[in-house]
Amino acid sequence: MSTMTASDSTTLPVTRWQRLTRSLRDNPSMLPTLAAVALFAAMLIYGELAYGRILQLNTMSNLLINNAHLVIIAVGMTFVILTGGIDLSVGAVIALSSVAGVMLAGAGVNPWVAVLAMVLIGTVIGAISGVLIQYFDVQPFIATLAMMFLARGLASMLSTVPQRLDNDSPIRELGTPIKLIDGPKVNDLVITVGVVVAVVVVIAAFFVLHRTRTGRTVYAVGGSEGSAQLMGLPVHRTKLSVYLISGTLAGLAAVVYTARLGIGQNITGIGWELDAIAATVIGGTLLTGGAGYVLGSVVGAFVLGLMNVLITRDGSIKPEMVTIITGGILLVFVVLQRAVTSRQRE
Amino acid sequence: MSARRAVADRVTGLVRKQWFWALVAILVLLAINLVNDPTYLSVTVNPQNGNLVGNLVDILRASAPIIMIAVGMSLVIATRGIDLSVGSTMVVSGAVSMEFLKDANSPESVGVAAAAIAMALVISTLIGVVNGLLITVLGLQPFISTLIMMLAGRGVAKVITSGQNTNARNDPFQWLTNGYVLGLPVVFVLALALVGLLALVVRRSAFGLMIEAIGINPKASRMAGIRPAGILMAVYMLSGLLAGIAGIFAVGSVMTVDVSRTGYQMELDAILAVVIGGTSLAGGKFYMGGAVIGSILIATLDKTIVFLGIPASATPAFKAVVIVALCLLQSQRVRSAFGRRRTSVPPTATPTAAVAAKEGVSA
Repeated sequence: MSTMTASDSTTLPVTRWQRLTRSLRDNPSMLPTLAAVALFAAMLIYGELAYGRILQLNTMSNLLINNAHLVIIAVGMTFVILTGGIDLSVGAVIALSSVAGVMLAGAGVNPWVAVLAMVLIGTVIGAISGVLIQYFDVQPFIATLAMMFLARGLASMLSTVPQRLDNDSPIRELGTPIKLIDGPKVNDLVITVGVVVAVVVVIAAFFVLHRTRTGRTVYAVGGSEGSAQLMGLPVHRTKLSVYLISGTLAGLAAVVYTARLGIGQNITGIGWELDAIAATVIGGTLLTGGAGYVLGSVVGAFVLGLMNVLITRDGSIKPEMVTIITGGILLVFVVLQRAVTSRQRE
Repeated sequence: MSARRAVADRVTGLVRKQWFWALVAILVLLAINLVNDPTYLSVTVNPQNGNLVGNLVDILRASAPIIMIAVGMSLVIATRGIDLSVGSTMVVSGAVSMEFLKDANSPESVGVAAAAIAMALVISTLIGVVNGLLITVLGLQPFISTLIMMLAGRGVAKVITSGQNTNARNDPFQWLTNGYVLGLPVVFVLALALVGLLALVVRRSAFGLMIEAIGINPKASRMAGIRPAGILMAVYMLSGLLAGIAGIFAVGSVMTVDVSRTGYQMELDAILAVVIGGTSLAGGKFYMGGAVIGSILIATLDKTIVFLGIPASATPAFKAVVIVALCLLQSQRVRSAFGRRRTSVPPTATPTAAVAAKEGVSA
């Protein structure tokens, strides 16, 4: 298979291209991640050519702001999927946490205590899933599915109508836009505290996964739980902690999302578990665990976010189709993964 | 002495059966209702047409769609899989049939009703086929494939009805859910007949054995000459077909499909019914009778909650807690802590050995 065609070598400096192909040959699991980056770039270019006003500061700012919560849950999902598990409860946790948080703030609780409670709700649900999975041998998807129904049920018990955050509530400040670059007209680079939180989460996750012992254990457990156990790695603690991380990050995502919209509702986040799984898988993490990149998941989240932007711009695709398209993209990437891993095995 | 021992054995055997406790739970729920309203259990005969009328009859009617999806789910779970798309298949089936009946607009025609049912069932089976293909050909994990179908399926239903709640009129179609045969609701009789037929096919042929074999040990069953692809395909197709029937049952009583509520979270009911019936979520065995009793228990629970005036929004949370509790009861750790009679394995077996054994099985 010759990867150096004439057109490629003219567009890229030869040395860098060679380095890339060599690293791909050594490590073919990079391929899906690169495919995701390529897909994202292609979508940007296509969007700019077809609809215009995509490659500019305000569109990019909106992409960041509107997908900060998705990035956060995708990071959490990456930890879980890397160990070979799954967390289906994230969407429902966001619903429960945001309804509870808004109601607490509305009841006169100190807003920062409410925010802390929102995060801790996620932690508690993650802890229950983790204990069920680790100590009672419940399959991950059953345990987290039960938590999904439990969290959504609890959210419905609290309220079935949208709960509004007070207009002067300090929680809203987390979602207030901060102008970084004042461009011409509305073309500004704007971020929110939510975006900063997402960036911090990504950096922390990157550090933990690639630079600490815990991170290596996460990969080892996903590669082979038995081997990790026999090597004396803390398998139990690690498996428990990934669900704790995923639950806590879902709680944090609820804070970011609620601060942006100012509304908590029991039907928030239906299907977000699929979005988070899709972002993770698109970003190159193997569904069977053991290989993947947290930065890939971030790219995956932006691919999904950009897809939503393009669908809105296009206008001819019904919003009902979005989940169908998300499912389709997820399928394509899973097939790509299987092709790559089966080649690796040969 | 030995006679008493035999009776005791039989009693403990019965008590160990999980469906026995489901029956007890049904009786307890009915007793609670009876305390609140002494006439709750009374079943009267409508003097005009000889049909039975009463709360018990309503419970049986409401249990029919749950029975359908629970029986399908029990087969899927026996293969170590799961079908999260049953609720969405229900709404797709309901949407297809309602749209067809609305377009046909012939309220009395039996032929149109039959065509609507046939069409809905073909489409639901196709959803099962897609699930089966994703799982057997692509080798995707069942919960991922069916999760995609669960979310995409509701999208498909919205596309079919253009996001509207479609209603239609067709008397033969409605008779299926609201009508009576031999004094009992048609749906319940039909559901029991279908389960009986299915049980006959599954248990009198090698099909059921193969399903359980795949669930117990996929590798060993393949070495024994069982082709998993065909069996898995058949199981997911059956689950889709049964969910389609459940969808027809669910929309038939009101002749309206609500694209966001029909079949919503029904996968919870199906899984719960299966677990209550004594089928282990770890796969390898199934009890259709248990699933039926579990379904009736869920229908009783739903009706009781409405009857007692507890907010219906509390039910999913409660059901989730029950699922968690039953999962705990099924787990090795709890069993070895409580079930002293069969503690051949010490409560805390060396974790490495357990993990290694598990790896060996799944590899």
